[in-house]
Amino acid sequence: MKNNQNNSKSFEEYLKELENIVSEMESGNIPLDKALEMYERGINISQYCIKELEKAELKLKKLSKKIDGSFEVEDID
Amino acid sequence: MNLNLFEKEEKIYTISEITVQIKKLLESNFSQITIQGEISNFKKQSSGHIYFTLKDENAQINAIIWRSTAQNLKINLIDGMKVIARGYINVYEPSGRYQIIINLIQEIGLGELQIAFEKLKQKLLKEGLFDESHKKEIPRFPKSIGIVTSLSGAAIRDIISVISRRYPIVELIVYPVAVQGSEAPSEIVEGINAFNEYKKVDLIIIGRGGGSLEDLWAFNDEAVARAIYNSKIPIISAVGHHIDFTISDFVSDLRAPTPSVAGEFAVPDKREIIENIISYINSLYYYIDQRIQQHRKHILSIVKSYALNKPIDMLRRYQQKIDENLNIIETNIKHKIDLNFKLVDSYKKRLLSVNPNSILQRGYCIVEKKEKIISKGTELEINDSIKIVFQDSKREAIITK
Repeated sequence: MKNNQNNSKSFEEYLKELENIVSEMESGNIPLDKALEMYERGINISQYCIKELEKAELKLKKLSKKIDGSFEVEDID
Repeated sequence: MNLNLFEKEEKIYTISEITVQIKKLLESNFSQITIQGEISNFKKQSSGHIYFTLKDENAQINAIIWRSTAQNLKINLIDGMKVIARGYINVYEPSGRYQIIINLIQEIGLGELQIAFEKLKQKLLKEGLFDESHKKEIPRFPKSIGIVTSLSGAAIRDIISVISRRYPIVELIVYPVAVQGSEAPSEIVEGINAFNEYKKVDLIIIGRGGGSLEDLWAFNDEAVARAIYNSKIPIISAVGHHIDFTISDFVSDLRAPTPSVAGEFAVPDKREIIENIISYINSLYYYIDQRIQQHRKHILSIVKSYALNKPIDMLRRYQQKIDENLNIIETNIKHKIDLNFKLVDSYKKRLLSVNPNSILQRGYCIVEKKEKIISKGTELEINDSIKIVFQDSKREAIITK
Protein backbone atom coordinates (compact mmCIF):
# COMPACT_ATOMS: atom_id res chain seq x y z
CA MET A 1 0.00 0.00 0.00
CA LYS A 2 1.28 3.42 -0.84
CA ASN A 3 2.26 5.95 1.78
CA ASN A 4 -0.15 8.63 0.68
CA GLN A 5 -2.99 6.24 1.38
CA ASN A 6 -1.87 5.84 4.98
CA ASN A 7 -2.77 9.37 5.86
CA SER A 8 -6.15 9.35 4.22
CA LYS A 9 -7.41 6.20 5.93
CA SER A 10 -7.19 5.21 9.56
CA PHE A 11 -6.29 1.78 10.81
CA GLU A 12 -9.90 1.25 11.78
CA GLU A 13 -11.13 2.19 8.32
CA TYR A 14 -8.76 -0.32 6.75
CA LEU A 15 -10.02 -3.03 9.11
CA LYS A 16 -13.60 -2.05 8.22
CA GLU A 17 -12.82 -2.26 4.52
CA LEU A 18 -11.28 -5.69 5.04
CA GLU A 19 -14.40 -6.86 6.91
CA ASN A 20 -16.57 -5.54 4.09
CA ILE A 21 -14.52 -7.30 1.44
CA VAL A 22 -14.76 -10.59 3.33
CA SER A 23 -18.53 -10.37 3.82
CA GLU A 24 -19.09 -9.29 0.22
CA MET A 25 -16.98 -12.19 -1.04
CA GLU A 26 -18.95 -14.43 1.29
CA SER A 27 -22.19 -13.47 -0.46
CA GLY A 28 -20.69 -14.91 -3.61
CA ASN A 29 -22.54 -12.68 -6.07
CA ILE A 30 -19.47 -11.00 -7.49
CA PRO A 31 -18.12 -11.63 -10.97
CA LEU A 32 -14.86 -13.53 -10.93
CA ASP A 33 -12.62 -10.71 -12.16
CA LYS A 34 -14.06 -8.38 -9.51
CA ALA A 35 -13.65 -11.10 -6.89
CA LEU A 36 -10.01 -11.54 -7.84
CA GLU A 37 -9.50 -7.80 -7.56
CA MET A 38 -11.13 -7.78 -4.13
CA TYR A 39 -9.07 -10.76 -3.04
CA GLU A 40 -5.87 -8.96 -3.94
CA ARG A 41 -7.02 -5.78 -2.18
CA GLY A 42 -7.97 -7.81 0.92
CA ILE A 43 -4.61 -9.50 1.09
CA ASN A 44 -2.83 -6.14 0.70
CA ILE A 45 -4.85 -4.53 3.48
CA SER A 46 -4.26 -7.53 5.76
CA GLN A 47 -0.54 -7.34 5.30
CA TYR A 48 -0.54 -3.58 5.80
CA CYS A 49 -2.59 -3.79 9.02
CA ILE A 50 -0.47 -6.54 10.56
CA LYS A 51 2.70 -4.63 9.69
CA GLU A 52 1.32 -1.41 11.19
CA LEU A 53 0.39 -3.19 14.43
CA GLU A 54 3.72 -4.90 14.76
CA LYS A 55 5.87 -1.88 14.15
CA ALA A 56 3.78 0.59 16.21
CA GLU A 57 5.18 2.22 19.32
CA LEU A 58 2.97 4.00 21.82
CA LYS A 59 2.99 7.79 21.48
CA LEU A 60 2.73 9.53 24.84
CA LYS A 61 1.90 13.24 24.97
CA LYS A 62 0.86 15.90 27.41
CA LEU A 63 -1.96 18.36 26.91
CA SER A 64 -1.86 21.77 28.49
CA LYS A 65 -3.92 24.86 28.00
CA LYS A 66 -2.07 28.09 27.51
CA ILE A 67 -3.14 31.41 28.96
CA ASP A 68 -4.56 32.54 25.63
CA GLY A 69 -6.84 29.50 25.63
CA SER A 70 -4.98 27.58 22.94
CA PHE A 71 -3.78 24.03 23.51
CA GLU A 72 -0.24 22.76 23.58
CA VAL A 73 0.53 19.08 23.02
CA GLU A 74 4.07 18.01 23.76
CA ASP A 75 5.79 14.62 23.79
CA ILE A 76 6.72 13.08 27.14
CA ASP A 77 8.66 9.90 27.74
CA MET B 1 22.17 62.19 69.58
CA ASN B 2 21.20 58.73 70.73
CA LEU B 3 17.44 59.06 70.81
CA ASN B 4 15.84 56.71 73.27
CA LEU B 5 12.40 55.68 72.16
CA PHE B 6 11.80 53.53 75.22
CA GLU B 7 10.98 54.42 78.80
CA LYS B 8 13.88 54.15 81.26
CA GLU B 9 12.01 51.83 83.59
CA GLU B 10 10.61 49.72 80.69
CA LYS B 11 11.23 45.95 81.14
CA ILE B 12 13.35 44.54 78.40
CA TYR B 13 13.25 40.77 77.90
CA THR B 14 15.88 38.70 76.27
CA ILE B 15 14.60 36.38 73.54
CA SER B 16 15.07 33.43 75.83
CA GLU B 17 13.24 35.11 78.69
CA ILE B 18 10.21 36.01 76.56
CA THR B 19 10.18 32.64 74.89
CA VAL B 20 10.09 30.97 78.28
CA GLN B 21 7.20 33.25 79.26
CA ILE B 22 5.30 32.41 76.10
CA LYS B 23 6.07 28.77 76.54
CA LYS B 24 4.74 28.82 80.14
CA LEU B 25 1.65 30.69 79.06
CA LEU B 26 0.82 28.51 76.12
CA GLU B 27 1.75 25.20 77.60
CA SER B 28 -0.19 25.79 80.83
CA ASN B 29 -3.26 27.02 79.00
CA PHE B 30 -3.24 24.32 76.33
CA SER B 31 -1.94 21.37 78.27
CA GLN B 32 -4.69 19.19 76.89
CA ILE B 33 -6.59 20.21 73.80
CA THR B 34 -8.50 18.39 71.09
CA ILE B 35 -8.41 19.74 67.56
CA GLN B 36 -9.72 18.82 64.14
CA GLY B 37 -8.11 19.38 60.75
CA GLU B 38 -6.64 17.96 57.60
CA ILE B 39 -3.19 16.44 57.42
CA SER B 40 -0.64 17.84 55.01
CA ASN B 41 3.15 17.73 54.58
CA PHE B 42 3.13 14.36 56.25
CA LYS B 43 6.61 13.06 56.99
CA LYS B 44 7.73 10.07 59.00
CA GLN B 45 11.40 10.40 59.98
CA SER B 46 13.75 7.45 60.20
CA SER B 47 13.88 8.16 63.94
CA GLY B 48 10.24 7.08 64.09
CA HIS B 49 8.85 10.52 64.94
CA ILE B 50 6.07 11.84 62.71
CA TYR B 51 5.87 15.46 61.58
CA PHE B 52 3.00 17.05 59.68
CA THR B 53 0.75 20.05 59.44
CA LEU B 54 -2.86 20.17 60.51
CA LYS B 55 -4.89 22.71 58.62
CA ASP B 56 -8.26 24.01 57.71
CA GLU B 57 -9.22 26.65 55.13
CA ASN B 58 -7.61 29.57 56.97
CA ALA B 59 -4.91 28.36 59.33
CA GLN B 60 -2.43 25.67 60.06
CA ILE B 61 -0.48 24.28 62.95
CA ASN B 62 2.61 22.09 63.08
CA ALA B 63 2.05 18.71 64.65
CA ILE B 64 4.33 16.03 66.02
CA ILE B 65 3.69 12.47 67.06
CA TRP B 66 6.61 11.09 68.99
CA ARG B 67 7.85 7.63 68.21
CA SER B 68 6.44 6.15 71.44
CA THR B 69 2.92 7.16 70.31
CA ALA B 70 3.55 6.58 66.62
CA GLN B 71 4.39 2.93 67.28
CA ASN B 72 0.92 2.29 68.63
CA LEU B 73 -1.02 4.09 65.86
CA LYS B 74 -3.87 1.99 64.49
CA ILE B 75 -4.27 4.02 61.28
CA ASN B 76 -2.01 5.04 58.42
CA LEU B 77 -1.89 8.78 58.41
CA ILE B 78 -1.56 10.40 54.99
CA ASP B 79 -1.90 13.78 53.40
CA GLY B 80 -5.46 14.92 52.97
CA MET B 81 -6.81 12.81 55.80
CA LYS B 82 -9.19 14.57 58.12
CA VAL B 83 -8.47 13.79 61.76
CA ILE B 84 -9.33 14.59 65.34
CA ALA B 85 -6.24 14.78 67.53
CA ARG B 86 -5.67 15.23 71.24
CA GLY B 87 -2.44 16.58 72.66
CA TYR B 88 -0.76 19.62 74.12
CA ILE B 89 0.79 22.75 72.77
CA ASN B 90 4.54 22.92 72.99
CA VAL B 91 6.81 25.78 72.18
CA TYR B 92 10.08 24.88 70.59
CA GLU B 93 12.44 27.61 71.70
CA PRO B 94 15.26 27.22 69.13
CA SER B 95 12.94 28.14 66.28
CA GLY B 96 10.33 30.03 68.24
CA ARG B 97 7.59 27.85 66.96
CA TYR B 98 4.60 26.47 68.68
CA GLN B 99 3.35 23.06 67.81
CA ILE B 100 0.99 20.41 69.02
CA ILE B 101 2.36 17.20 70.41
CA ILE B 102 -0.25 14.57 69.67
CA ASN B 103 -0.86 11.54 71.82
CA LEU B 104 -4.22 10.44 70.45
CA ILE B 105 -5.42 10.68 66.87
CA GLN B 106 -8.39 9.36 64.95
CA GLU B 107 -9.61 9.65 61.38
CA ILE B 108 -12.88 11.51 61.19
CA GLY B 109 -15.62 12.24 58.83
CA LEU B 110 -15.95 8.70 57.47
CA GLY B 111 -19.55 8.67 58.56
CA GLU B 112 -20.11 12.18 57.29
CA LEU B 113 -18.46 11.37 53.96
CA GLN B 114 -20.62 8.27 53.59
CA ILE B 115 -23.73 10.30 54.24
CA ALA B 116 -22.64 12.99 51.76
CA PHE B 117 -21.84 10.29 49.22
CA GLU B 118 -25.27 8.65 49.51
CA LYS B 119 -27.02 12.01 49.41
CA LEU B 120 -25.23 13.10 46.22
CA LYS B 121 -25.74 9.66 44.66
CA GLN B 122 -29.50 9.81 45.24
CA LYS B 123 -29.68 13.37 43.96
CA LEU B 124 -27.80 12.65 40.73
CA LEU B 125 -29.68 9.38 40.25
CA LYS B 126 -32.97 11.29 40.40
CA GLU B 127 -31.61 13.83 37.95
CA GLY B 128 -30.83 11.04 35.54
CA LEU B 129 -27.05 11.40 35.49
CA PHE B 130 -26.63 7.63 35.77
CA ASP B 131 -29.13 6.77 33.02
CA GLU B 132 -28.00 3.97 30.75
CA SER B 133 -29.66 5.73 27.81
CA HIS B 134 -27.26 8.65 28.20
CA LYS B 135 -24.17 6.48 28.15
CA LYS B 136 -22.00 6.84 25.08
CA GLU B 137 -20.51 3.95 23.23
CA ILE B 138 -16.79 3.27 23.75
CA PRO B 139 -15.11 3.31 20.32
CA ARG B 140 -13.67 -0.03 19.25
CA PHE B 141 -10.52 1.35 17.66
CA PRO B 142 -9.67 4.73 19.21
CA LYS B 143 -6.98 6.76 17.45
CA SER B 144 -6.27 9.00 20.41
CA ILE B 145 -7.09 8.66 24.12
CA GLY B 146 -7.10 11.49 26.67
CA ILE B 147 -6.13 10.61 30.22
CA VAL B 148 -6.99 12.76 33.21
CA THR B 149 -4.86 11.64 36.14
CA SER B 150 -1.69 12.34 38.04
CA LEU B 151 1.56 11.94 36.10
CA SER B 152 3.27 10.53 39.17
CA GLY B 153 0.62 8.00 40.16
CA ALA B 154 0.42 4.25 39.65
CA ALA B 155 -2.68 4.65 37.47
CA ILE B 156 -0.89 6.28 34.53
CA ARG B 157 1.91 3.69 34.64
CA ASP B 158 -0.60 0.82 34.61
CA ILE B 159 -2.62 2.35 31.76
CA ILE B 160 0.48 3.00 29.65
CA SER B 161 1.82 -0.50 30.20
CA VAL B 162 -1.47 -2.20 29.31
CA ILE B 163 -2.16 -0.06 26.25
CA SER B 164 1.36 -0.23 24.84
CA ARG B 165 1.15 -4.02 25.08
CA ARG B 166 -2.33 -4.31 23.57
CA TYR B 167 -2.63 -1.51 21.04
CA PRO B 168 0.50 0.59 20.61
CA ILE B 169 -0.92 2.16 17.47
CA VAL B 170 -2.93 4.58 19.61
CA GLU B 171 -1.86 8.02 20.87
CA LEU B 172 -2.13 8.76 24.60
CA ILE B 173 -2.48 12.35 25.73
CA VAL B 174 -2.25 13.01 29.44
CA TYR B 175 -3.75 16.01 31.13
CA PRO B 176 -1.92 15.98 34.47
CA VAL B 177 -4.07 16.76 37.52
CA ALA B 178 -4.00 16.33 41.25
CA VAL B 179 -6.15 13.32 42.08
CA GLN B 180 -6.51 14.05 45.78
CA GLY B 181 -6.62 17.11 47.95
CA SER B 182 -8.69 20.22 47.73
CA GLU B 183 -7.61 21.19 44.19
CA ALA B 184 -8.28 17.76 42.74
CA PRO B 185 -11.98 18.15 41.82
CA SER B 186 -11.55 21.43 39.95
CA GLU B 187 -8.45 20.13 38.13
CA ILE B 188 -10.25 16.96 37.07
CA VAL B 189 -13.17 19.04 35.77
CA GLU B 190 -10.65 21.22 33.93
CA GLY B 191 -9.07 18.14 32.36
CA ILE B 192 -12.39 16.74 31.13
CA ASN B 193 -13.40 20.12 29.72
CA ALA B 194 -9.97 20.64 28.14
CA PHE B 195 -10.26 17.40 26.17
CA ASN B 196 -13.79 18.33 25.10
CA GLU B 197 -12.50 21.65 23.84
CA TYR B 198 -9.42 20.08 22.25
CA LYS B 199 -11.74 17.51 20.58
CA LYS B 200 -8.98 15.40 19.02
CA VAL B 201 -9.39 12.41 21.32
CA ASP B 202 -11.93 9.60 20.84
CA LEU B 203 -12.05 8.55 24.46
CA ILE B 204 -11.16 9.89 27.91
CA ILE B 205 -9.96 7.86 30.88
CA ILE B 206 -10.19 9.50 34.29
CA GLY B 207 -8.91 7.86 37.41
CA ARG B 208 -6.34 7.10 40.01
CA GLY B 209 -4.93 4.18 41.96
CA GLY B 210 -6.33 2.84 45.21
CA GLY B 211 -6.55 4.77 48.45
CA SER B 212 -8.75 5.60 51.36
CA LEU B 213 -12.25 6.96 50.90
CA GLU B 214 -10.85 10.45 51.33
CA ASP B 215 -8.18 9.81 48.73
CA LEU B 216 -10.83 8.92 46.22
CA TRP B 217 -13.06 11.76 47.33
CA ALA B 218 -12.41 13.99 44.35
CA PHE B 219 -14.19 11.40 42.23
CA ASN B 220 -17.26 11.79 44.42
CA ASP B 221 -17.41 15.49 43.69
CA GLU B 222 -20.60 16.86 42.18
CA ALA B 223 -18.76 19.15 39.74
CA VAL B 224 -16.70 16.18 38.51
CA ALA B 225 -19.88 14.14 38.08
CA ARG B 226 -21.49 16.89 36.00
CA ALA B 227 -18.37 17.37 33.87
CA ILE B 228 -18.42 13.64 33.08
CA TYR B 229 -22.12 13.79 32.26
CA ASN B 230 -21.68 16.79 29.99
CA SER B 231 -18.67 15.39 28.15
CA LYS B 232 -19.27 14.85 24.43
CA ILE B 233 -16.42 12.34 24.44
CA PRO B 234 -17.03 8.93 26.03
CA ILE B 235 -15.40 8.53 29.45
CA ILE B 236 -14.10 5.44 31.21
CA SER B 237 -13.64 5.95 34.93
CA ALA B 238 -11.07 3.88 36.76
CA VAL B 239 -10.90 4.88 40.38
CA GLY B 240 -9.11 2.85 43.02
CA HIS B 241 -9.55 -0.87 43.24
CA HIS B 242 -12.28 -3.38 42.50
CA ILE B 243 -14.33 -2.68 45.60
CA ASP B 244 -14.27 1.10 45.37
CA PHE B 245 -17.30 2.70 43.78
CA THR B 246 -17.37 6.43 43.26
CA ILE B 247 -19.97 8.81 41.85
CA SER B 248 -17.69 9.14 38.80
CA ASP B 249 -18.08 5.40 38.23
CA PHE B 250 -21.86 5.75 38.13
CA VAL B 251 -21.89 8.73 35.75
CA SER B 252 -19.16 7.61 33.38
CA ASP B 253 -19.97 5.70 30.20
CA LEU B 254 -18.01 2.70 31.42
CA ARG B 255 -16.62 1.82 34.84
CA ALA B 256 -13.34 -0.04 35.04
CA PRO B 257 -12.50 -1.70 38.36
CA THR B 258 -8.83 -0.67 38.08
CA PRO B 259 -6.73 1.60 35.83
CA SER B 260 -5.18 -1.51 34.18
CA VAL B 261 -8.64 -2.79 33.27
CA ALA B 262 -9.48 0.67 31.92
CA GLY B 263 -6.58 0.16 29.52
CA GLU B 264 -8.05 -3.17 28.48
CA PHE B 265 -11.52 -1.68 28.00
CA ALA B 266 -10.14 1.26 26.04
CA VAL B 267 -8.30 -0.59 23.28
CA PRO B 268 -8.51 -3.92 21.47
CA ASP B 269 -5.74 -6.49 21.80
CA LYS B 270 -3.40 -6.50 18.81
CA ARG B 271 -2.98 -10.28 19.07
CA GLU B 272 -6.73 -10.69 18.62
CA ILE B 273 -6.74 -8.25 15.72
CA ILE B 274 -3.91 -10.12 14.03
CA GLU B 275 -5.73 -13.42 14.61
CA ASN B 276 -8.85 -11.88 13.08
CA ILE B 277 -6.92 -10.61 10.08
CA ILE B 278 -5.41 -14.05 9.58
CA SER B 279 -8.87 -15.61 9.67
CA TYR B 280 -9.98 -12.97 7.14
CA ILE B 281 -7.07 -13.97 4.90
CA ASN B 282 -8.15 -17.60 5.21
CA SER B 283 -11.74 -16.69 4.37
CA LEU B 284 -10.62 -14.64 1.38
CA TYR B 285 -8.52 -17.54 0.17
CA TYR B 286 -11.39 -19.97 0.72
CA TYR B 287 -13.89 -17.82 -1.17
CA ILE B 288 -11.64 -17.09 -4.10
CA ASP B 289 -10.69 -20.76 -4.32
CA GLN B 290 -14.35 -21.66 -4.24
CA ARG B 291 -15.08 -19.21 -7.01
CA ILE B 292 -12.28 -20.63 -9.13
CA GLN B 293 -13.49 -24.19 -8.51
CA GLN B 294 -17.01 -23.11 -9.41
CA HIS B 295 -15.80 -21.66 -12.66
CA ARG B 296 -13.66 -24.69 -13.39
CA LYS B 297 -16.68 -26.94 -12.90
CA HIS B 298 -18.75 -24.68 -15.07
CA ILE B 299 -16.18 -24.71 -17.86
CA LEU B 300 -15.89 -28.49 -17.63
CA SER B 301 -19.64 -28.86 -17.84
CA ILE B 302 -19.64 -26.62 -20.94
CA VAL B 303 -16.90 -28.71 -22.51
CA LYS B 304 -18.99 -31.80 -21.94
CA SER B 305 -22.21 -30.14 -23.02
CA TYR B 306 -24.24 -31.36 -26.09
CA ALA B 307 -23.79 -28.04 -27.83
CA LEU B 308 -20.04 -28.10 -27.70
CA ASN B 309 -19.96 -31.79 -28.52
CA LYS B 310 -22.23 -31.45 -31.58
CA PRO B 311 -19.37 -31.02 -34.07
CA ILE B 312 -17.68 -34.11 -32.74
CA ASP B 313 -20.95 -35.89 -32.87
CA MET B 314 -21.49 -34.81 -36.43
CA LEU B 315 -18.00 -35.83 -37.31
CA ARG B 316 -18.65 -39.22 -35.84
CA ARG B 317 -21.85 -39.49 -37.82
CA TYR B 318 -20.08 -38.54 -41.01
CA GLN B 319 -17.42 -41.04 -40.16
CA GLN B 320 -20.10 -43.64 -39.82
CA LYS B 321 -21.70 -42.56 -43.05
CA ILE B 322 -18.38 -42.76 -44.76
CA ASP B 323 -17.83 -46.19 -43.32
CA GLU B 324 -21.24 -47.23 -44.51
CA ASN B 325 -20.63 -45.80 -47.93
CA LEU B 326 -17.31 -47.48 -48.06
CA ASN B 327 -19.04 -50.74 -47.30
CA ILE B 328 -21.57 -50.12 -49.98
CA ILE B 329 -18.87 -49.26 -52.41
CA GLU B 330 -16.91 -52.29 -51.40
CA THR B 331 -19.87 -54.63 -51.88
CA ASN B 332 -20.75 -52.93 -55.12
CA ILE B 333 -17.26 -53.32 -56.41
CA LYS B 334 -17.14 -56.90 -55.24
CA HIS B 335 -20.40 -57.48 -57.00
CA LYS B 336 -19.12 -55.91 -60.14
CA ILE B 337 -15.97 -57.92 -59.97
CA ASP B 338 -18.04 -61.03 -59.50
CA LEU B 339 -20.16 -60.05 -62.42
CA ASN B 340 -17.10 -59.48 -64.48
CA PHE B 341 -15.74 -62.78 -63.42
CA LYS B 342 -18.94 -64.41 -64.54
CA LEU B 343 -18.83 -62.47 -67.77
CA VAL B 344 -15.28 -63.58 -68.33
CA ASP B 345 -16.39 -67.06 -67.59
CA SER B 346 -19.16 -66.94 -70.12
CA TYR B 347 -16.85 -65.37 -72.65
CA LYS B 348 -14.46 -68.13 -71.91
CA LYS B 349 -17.18 -70.62 -72.54
CA ARG B 350 -18.19 -68.91 -75.71
CA LEU B 351 -14.62 -68.68 -76.73
CA LEU B 352 -14.27 -72.29 -76.00
CA SER B 353 -17.30 -73.05 -78.05
CA VAL B 354 -15.72 -71.34 -81.02
CA ASN B 355 -12.41 -73.13 -80.59
CA PRO B 356 -11.50 -74.94 -83.86
CA ASN B 357 -10.57 -77.91 -81.79
CA SER B 358 -14.08 -78.27 -80.61
CA ILE B 359 -15.18 -78.39 -84.30
CA LEU B 360 -12.58 -81.07 -84.99
CA GLN B 361 -14.08 -83.00 -82.12
CA ARG B 362 -17.37 -82.91 -83.85
CA GLY B 363 -15.71 -84.59 -86.95
CA TYR B 364 -14.76 -81.55 -89.00
CA CYS B 365 -11.14 -81.41 -90.38
CA ILE B 366 -8.87 -78.61 -91.31
CA VAL B 367 -6.93 -78.78 -94.58
CA GLU B 368 -3.54 -77.07 -94.63
CA LYS B 369 -1.27 -76.63 -97.58
CA LYS B 370 2.23 -75.48 -96.76
CA GLU B 371 1.11 -74.37 -93.28
CA LYS B 372 -1.80 -72.38 -94.69
CA ILE B 373 -5.40 -73.21 -93.97
CA ILE B 374 -7.31 -73.99 -97.16
CA SER B 375 -10.96 -73.16 -96.95
CA LYS B 376 -11.83 -73.47 -100.69
CA GLY B 377 -11.32 -76.53 -102.96
CA THR B 378 -10.37 -74.28 -105.86
CA GLU B 379 -7.18 -73.39 -104.06
CA LEU B 380 -5.92 -76.89 -104.60
CA GLU B 381 -4.55 -78.48 -107.74
CA ILE B 382 -4.01 -82.17 -108.62
CA ASN B 383 -1.01 -83.64 -106.84
CA ASP B 384 -0.90 -80.91 -104.20
CA SER B 385 0.37 -82.33 -100.93
CA ILE B 386 -1.95 -81.33 -98.09
CA LYS B 387 -2.24 -81.91 -94.40
CA ILE B 388 -5.51 -82.90 -92.85
CA VAL B 389 -5.81 -81.84 -89.22
CA PHE B 390 -7.94 -84.17 -87.12
CA GLN B 391 -8.79 -83.71 -83.60
CA ASP B 392 -6.02 -86.01 -82.49
CA SER B 393 -3.37 -85.81 -85.24
CA LYS B 394 -2.33 -84.56 -88.65
CA ARG B 395 -2.28 -86.86 -91.73
CA GLU B 396 -0.84 -86.16 -95.11
CA ALA B 397 -2.71 -86.66 -98.40
CA ILE B 398 -2.42 -85.95 -102.12
CA ILE B 399 -5.10 -84.41 -104.17
CA THR B 400 -6.02 -86.89 -106.91
CA LYS B 401 -8.98 -85.29 -108.53
